[in-house]
Amino acid sequence: MKGKSLISINDYSKEEQIAILDLAVHFESNPVQNILGSHVISTLFFEPSTRTRLSFESAVNRLGGNVIGFSDTSSTSVKKGESLKDTILTVSNYSDLIIMRNPVEGSARFASEVATVPIINAGDGANQHPTQTLLDLYTIRQTQKTLDNLDVAFVGDLKYGRTVHSLVIALCNYNTTFHLVSPVELKLPSAVKMHIKNKNLKYHQYTDMNDVLKKTDILYMTRIQKERFSDQLEYERVKNLYILKKKMLHEVKDNMKILHPLPRVNEIDIDVDDAPQAHYFQQALNGVYVRQALITSILGIK
Amino acid sequence: MMVKELKVSAIENGTVIDHIPSRNVFQVIKILNLEHFDNQLLFGTNLESKKYGTKGIIKVKNRYFEKDEINKIALAAPQASLIVIKDFKVVEKYIVEIPDDITGIVKCFNPNCVTNIEHGVVTRFKVISKDEVKLHCHYCEKNTVKSNIVFL
Repeated sequence: MKGKSLISINDYSKEEQIAILDLAVHFESNPVQNILGSHVISTLFFEPSTRTRLSFESAVNRLGGNVIGFSDTSSTSVKKGESLKDTILTVSNYSDLIIMRNPVEGSARFASEVATVPIINAGDGANQHPTQTLLDLYTIRQTQKTLDNLDVAFVGDLKYGRTVHSLVIALCNYNTTFHLVSPVELKLPSAVKMHIKNKNLKYHQYTDMNDVLKKTDILYMTRIQKERFSDQLEYERVKNLYILKKKMLHEVKDNMKILHPLPRVNEIDIDVDDAPQAHYFQQALNGVYVRQALITSILGIK
Repeated sequence: MMVKELKVSAIENGTVIDHIPSRNVFQVIKILNLEHFDNQLLFGTNLESKKYGTKGIIKVKNRYFEKDEINKIALAAPQASLIVIKDFKVVEKYIVEIPDDITGIVKCFNPNCVTNIEHGVVTRFKVISKDEVKLHCHYCEKNTVKSNIVFL
């Protein structure tokens, strides 16, 4: 993967994705290593993000590297009207790798075409967020000891959630059975379902979360945003159907784990946090190991 | 009684675009910027066609089309034939074909795509369906379908 940008999850083959996950296992057992030396990594965040930016910066700092960049554009030349191309070309001169989040869809692909150093896409609007997908795969494998032949349930907003779309597409490589739970208005788009159909995998659609709890190995929860509903009455009617509570976990499989890309609002009740199935904070921590693996692979250090 | 017939005259040099769906004739004229063409331009719509029932046709004098223009014709009128005329003779005749990749001639439908926001980013699409005309944006990864196509 040396020198290879990661813009979309499918830029990396299944084998390359697994190589990153395997290397992340190594960083999980040795998260602090002084191996980045004088390498400089830029984090260009054109819109605010807590988890993603801090997790990338933590990954670099724990490997002894240096981070430069910005966490919003208010004090940068972007505010003066500088083009993305000019910003990327300039920052290419100052660093060995650029990590970028930008609300404009396709901006990361464009940046990778003009940059003279590799780019990691840390989210381009509603389009792609591939490091989230890698850390989700890592967490699923960590909890189930395999990625193959699992029953994975996705709950909540399956229409607009880019995290869900990318993970569904990535899991199509592993003979997954999909359980898709959402309000009718927020069903998984047909373009994403095509990936499941193309691989002849099984998928089932539900509107009630209770129908999947006993069947699933992974319960991937997402937030339902009120503003996604054209009919506010419909939102009021369904919102409580998508809140997970501890008392609902009585009859789940022994190996079942709950994941969530975070931030959570109220879709997982806080009483679930100390249940043995709760794995979402570990999931966020895994983001650091996966990003360490990705950064060192792209820089050709590991 | 004598039947008066007005024929669309043959051209000495130039291009004939035949078998255009009638409703798309004006669109083809527009995307090829022929509205302000300063030589002879003849066109007809709702003409009889053995193949398609009705058809449209455009004849342009002393004008030949480049690859990008031919790709535009293919997107707007997928079964059109292109006939190149020199000295009143047909020197080339073929049915236009939508290419596998489209660069620079179509706008991405997604208003939040980098090609619609950053100055100077050339649009690029992979054609994922030629029958229904479905274009997959290389940048934002959204699909632009035939009814949403806007030519640049």
